[in-house]
Amino acid sequence: MDVNQYLEVFIEESKEHLQSCNERLLDLEKNPEDMSIVNDIFRSAHTLKGMSATMGYEDLASLTHQMENVLDAIRNNKLHVTPDLLDIVFLAVDDLEAMVLSIADGGDGKRDVSEVVSKLKQIEKGETTAQLSSKAEVAAAVAEVDLGTIITSKIEYDEFESTVIQQSKEQGFEVFEITVSLREDCLLKAARVYMVFEVLEKIGEVIKSNPPVDQLEEEQFDQEFTVTIVSKDQLDDIKLKVMKVSEVDSVEIHPVILEIDRESQVSSGTLVEEEPKKGQKEDTYLPEQTQKKKQASPAKQQVNKTIRVNIERLDILLNLFEELVIDRGRLEQISNELKNQELHETVEKMSRITGDLQNIILNMRMVPVETVFNRFPRMVRQLARDLGKKINLEIIGADTELDRTVIDEIGDPLVHLIRNALDHGVETPEVRKANGKSEEGTVVLKAYHSGNHVFIEIEDDGAGINKDKVLTKALKNGIVNEQTAAALTDKEVYELILASGFSTAEKISDISGRGVGLDVVKNTIESLGGSVTIDSKLGKGSIFSIQLPLTLSIISVMLVEIEKEKFAIPLSSIIETAIVKKEDILNAHNQRVIDFRGKVVPLLFLKDIFEVPCQETEDHFYSVVIVRKGDKMAGLVVDSFIGQQEVVLKSLGNYLTNVFAISGATILGDGQVALIVDCNALIK
Amino acid sequence: MTETLTDDMKLIVFQLKEKEYAIPVHQVNSIEKVLHITRVPGVAPYVKGVINLRGVVTPIIDLRRRFDLEEEPYTDSTRVIIAGFDDLEVGLIVDTANDVIDVNVNSIEPQPDVVGVKEAEYISGVVKLDRRLLILLDLKKVLNPHELKVNYGNEG
Repeated sequence: MDVNQYLEVFIEESKEHLQSCNERLLDLEKNPEDMSIVNDIFRSAHTLKGMSATMGYEDLASLTHQMENVLDAIRNNKLHVTPDLLDIVFLAVDDLEAMVLSIADGGDGKRDVSEVVSKLKQIEKGETTAQLSSKAEVAAAVAEVDLGTIITSKIEYDEFESTVIQQSKEQGFEVFEITVSLREDCLLKAARVYMVFEVLEKIGEVIKSNPPVDQLEEEQFDQEFTVTIVSKDQLDDIKLKVMKVSEVDSVEIHPVILEIDRESQVSSGTLVEEEPKKGQKEDTYLPEQTQKKKQASPAKQQVNKTIRVNIERLDILLNLFEELVIDRGRLEQISNELKNQELHETVEKMSRITGDLQNIILNMRMVPVETVFNRFPRMVRQLARDLGKKINLEIIGADTELDRTVIDEIGDPLVHLIRNALDHGVETPEVRKANGKSEEGTVVLKAYHSGNHVFIEIEDDGAGINKDKVLTKALKNGIVNEQTAAALTDKEVYELILASGFSTAEKISDISGRGVGLDVVKNTIESLGGSVTIDSKLGKGSIFSIQLPLTLSIISVMLVEIEKEKFAIPLSSIIETAIVKKEDILNAHNQRVIDFRGKVVPLLFLKDIFEVPCQETEDHFYSVVIVRKGDKMAGLVVDSFIGQQEVVLKSLGNYLTNVFAISGATILGDGQVALIVDCNALIK
Repeated sequence: MTETLTDDMKLIVFQLKEKEYAIPVHQVNSIEKVLHITRVPGVAPYVKGVINLRGVVTPIIDLRRRFDLEEEPYTDSTRVIIAGFDDLEVGLIVDTANDVIDVNVNSIEPQPDVVGVKEAEYISGVVKLDRRLLILLDLKKVLNPHELKVNYGNEG
């Protein structure tokens, strides 16, 4: 079979299923009792198994199959969810991921999975002896126990169970509710329960028990318990058979009669009058809720119908659209010149439509930051276990959208910062306890929009940054000298840890602390046109805040003119513009400076820097754009300001790389190219 | 495939100061009139700047300047040949470009020892055609980004 055409779909979908496995497994760790999660994972694994078997990847299929078995056991309450069990399942998912990746890279997806498979088999078998009959749990599996509610004995049946009961009756079965009391001196209650169940299994099907089976297993009941059973045997026969189990005190049995109209659920179902029992724990069932949840999620999926589009196609679309925008500019000019009313109206309408179109196209390139964030919970869990720390990762604002190009770049810097927060930020449980904090550290990963920027914050409630330590280290490594060190603000000191060649951890660990990580973070973020700031309180924790532009392809610029040439200065680096009198310019050793709000700001004459051909004309006033890089400022002298504009950022191409102080180009409304000034290169 | 097809080569012919040059047609993407050129500061002098070529910012090289011929103001016949290989795409300013010819690969000869001064290193061969002599350019050497870097490396 020619499977190549499906390969891409297979890989994409496998990745999605594995991602959802990862996410749901983490959820499961938090709520080990929630069977709906297990069901979700099971479904993903099952689909994956089916797909990989169809595609002929047998290792993948066999490992998924084994994983499925374990999940099935969990689902049927044969196994309990423990961190160790999850570790192995995670390991299996890792292997699956590796295999899918190898397939994506053109490999055959083969991998030695025997170890993981055998581990999974061990888990699967390891506890099977302790289990009760699996059928008993069919109904109880989705149950959650509310120990708080104590009401007089009766078993409530949910819709599913009552349907079963009704159908059984229609097929000529009898449904009985059996209340078994064990003797007061009974020592191994669980064993007796097991025996009772075994007897009942032979007679018919147990559809429900009260308390639920997992509690019975753990002897969490007084002397008696109630079981609902579907059987063809006579009432008295059943009673006798159950009585044969030793240490059983008494057996009460009566048929279940369901009210057809189940509007009043409380008094429904059973013949209550006959058995007044005291203090029995009642379980409230949640299947209706879970059912609702299940119904809700497919509905949500339907709303979010999507198709996959190659990003290159979107780029082509954007390029074509930009040409349209340029032509629109020309059309507008022509229509203004011709002063034809109809032409004018048509052009105006076209402008509006293209404006809308622009928004749509730009939005199409926006991707929720979730695609980056969703791999972190897994990473944090693993790291926390490796480091022996307890860490709770909170993710806020995962639906914040960013341009695709930014998304692709921020993954690695964020990994660095999170590792840093886990390794250096959050303390070990012992230290935290000693400092009066809760044992579990919290790391908050938060994304939000603000203006034309997206902020991503990584906040931990760990040890914070020790300012003195940072300074000492920075001095030792020659990153600052003593004079400047004394003048640094707290924030500036914290930001020293982003300098290259800096590492404050006393011992170098595998996770972070080679002193190469954080300066890479800073460089990457700055190359994206963003910035990193750090705030910290010693003993309370730190916040690393990343500011990123919404999109890399469209930026706001200030257009300026120098002689006949137009340049664009990114608004993000502009503080303000000013007109300076010639007399106000001071000379400081070959460097002309101005006094700008009490600060000495050097002046840079773009005319000279960009070698603009011009005749020397001395003006009385200078137009100055005050720009900044970090805390440093400079005044760029231009001839005149044109105005603010949103422009599409373009590169100069592969031929002209690394042009000094030019970060790119853009095409203006009249079709001309304007160069974008790189202020970071101008300020040293 | 016939013998003649494999042996034939299409060339774009253009002129610089009365001499005729040629580059293989597969390296040429289009031929444009001179558009507004935006100067780029701090690059080699033969890089005139960049133009907006249907939404793509494209660098422009003045071939006269590149070959150390005297520059002349652009006229109506001045053309920009958009040429490129691999990922590179540049525009070459030439006096005129108005011919596409087929030549037999066998008629390409190595360049004679004395042709000009500077251009020698960019020439991959010459083609004699009746009374015309076409100088075949090696585009890779004409563009040679390394040379470009040296020229503005000390800037700033």
